[in-house]
Amino acid sequence: MKWIDFARPHTVEEAVGLLTERGDRARPLAGGTDLIVQLRTGGHDPDHVVDIKKIPELNELSVCSDGGLTMGAAVPCHRIYNDADVASQYPAVVDAASIIGGTQIQGRASFGGNLCNAVPSADTIPAMIALGACANIAGPNGNRCVQIEDFCTGVRENVLGPGELLVSISFPAPAANSGARYQRFIPRNEMDIAVVGVGAGVTLNDGCFESVRVSLAAVAPTPLFVTEINDELAGKEVNDENIAKAGEIARDAAKPITDMRGTIEYRKHLCDVMTRRVINDAVTRARGGQVDAH
Amino acid sequence: MPTKSYVQTTINGEMVEFLTEPRQSLLEVLRDTLQLTGAKEGCNDGNCGACTVNMDGRIVCSCLVLGVEADGACIDTIEGMATPEGLHPLQVSFLENAALQCGICTPGFLISSKALLEQNPNPTEHEIRWWLANNLCRCTGYDKIVRAVMDAADRMQAQEA
Repeated sequence: MKWIDFARPHTVEEAVGLLTERGDRARPLAGGTDLIVQLRTGGHDPDHVVDIKKIPELNELSVCSDGGLTMGAAVPCHRIYNDADVASQYPAVVDAASIIGGTQIQGRASFGGNLCNAVPSADTIPAMIALGACANIAGPNGNRCVQIEDFCTGVRENVLGPGELLVSISFPAPAANSGARYQRFIPRNEMDIAVVGVGAGVTLNDGCFESVRVSLAAVAPTPLFVTEINDELAGKEVNDENIAKAGEIARDAAKPITDMRGTIEYRKHLCDVMTRRVINDAVTRARGGQVDAH
Repeated sequence: MPTKSYVQTTINGEMVEFLTEPRQSLLEVLRDTLQLTGAKEGCNDGNCGACTVNMDGRIVCSCLVLGVEADGACIDTIEGMATPEGLHPLQVSFLENAALQCGICTPGFLISSKALLEQNPNPTEHEIRWWLANNLCRCTGYDKIVRAVMDAADRMQAQEA
């Protein structure tokens, strides 16, 4: 069995130093629910695992003075959905956090890990795109911020360069009259991988859509941000006819494959249905209403 | 020459030290190094929950934790559930409600159920099924397990009263 080294840095600088020194041969470890499986199955074959859970910035979960949310890249799902501020102000974040794996997985798995793992079906990513979140990255040449819709570059590929570390995710303060929702379609009740996932964030103005951010999972090599829906709906009345148009645009934007979870036709149909449902739920939340958790 | 890592942790209330290779899982350390064989290896990828242990107050799959990550942690395994005074009420309920057949999944179900009742002493059937979704049982069909957890909740509340 191949030897790997293990390090547990306490600062971002130390972690970036280790990742820079080891390059592609090092992988950061947060909850490990993807990485440890990959170590075992050979999906990743690093020489060095850098546990980033002792770094304070990676564990931060706080609503800032401007009303935005900062979520450290290693914060596990259970902390996210048990946080009263997150639950009240960012229910779409809770939608995603509470359906990833089961209770044991939620004890470890993080949004940061889900994002960096960058699989097309990742549940957290459409929710983050719908909310307009950005990724705060530290690296050997300084810090940068990347919008979540620009983070994934291919199946299991992301924008992180050599030595770069995802430190945290910033969510803007929720606008007045805004609401968001994430749902996925699975043939079971829980413990499954999305056939299709849809996140939507809407801001309303006097019975009309001011903006609509829709993101689709599991229908392309990367999570899709369907900006055409905003182009169509912005300024239009909130009604079934306009929401149906959003469903059609989502269906046409999807570029799924046929696999064991569903065919191309099935997934495109689901994009239509799920987009309408999720926009309706986001509108309900924007108007102060409640929607069923799962 | 690489050296093993020294880990100091608390398992079932007792301080424990061990040496581990960094890529060894906590499950491997528990079973192969510490001879705590109650946690079982089922899928080894986080789906089945047979290896569930409680780490710092949260249930986790010990197959998805590295042994080195246990340094400084508090871990509870099935071996610490019964006391010299007797079985835990959940263990009694599992026996009396026939909530096990082959028994491989049982330590994981018991550790998960104990964590549920600690934070929610009177869960609904739906809450129990949702909480236990990360534990798989291929024998019982789950109904007897769910009934055993509800029965244990009743027993524990009666004891408190």
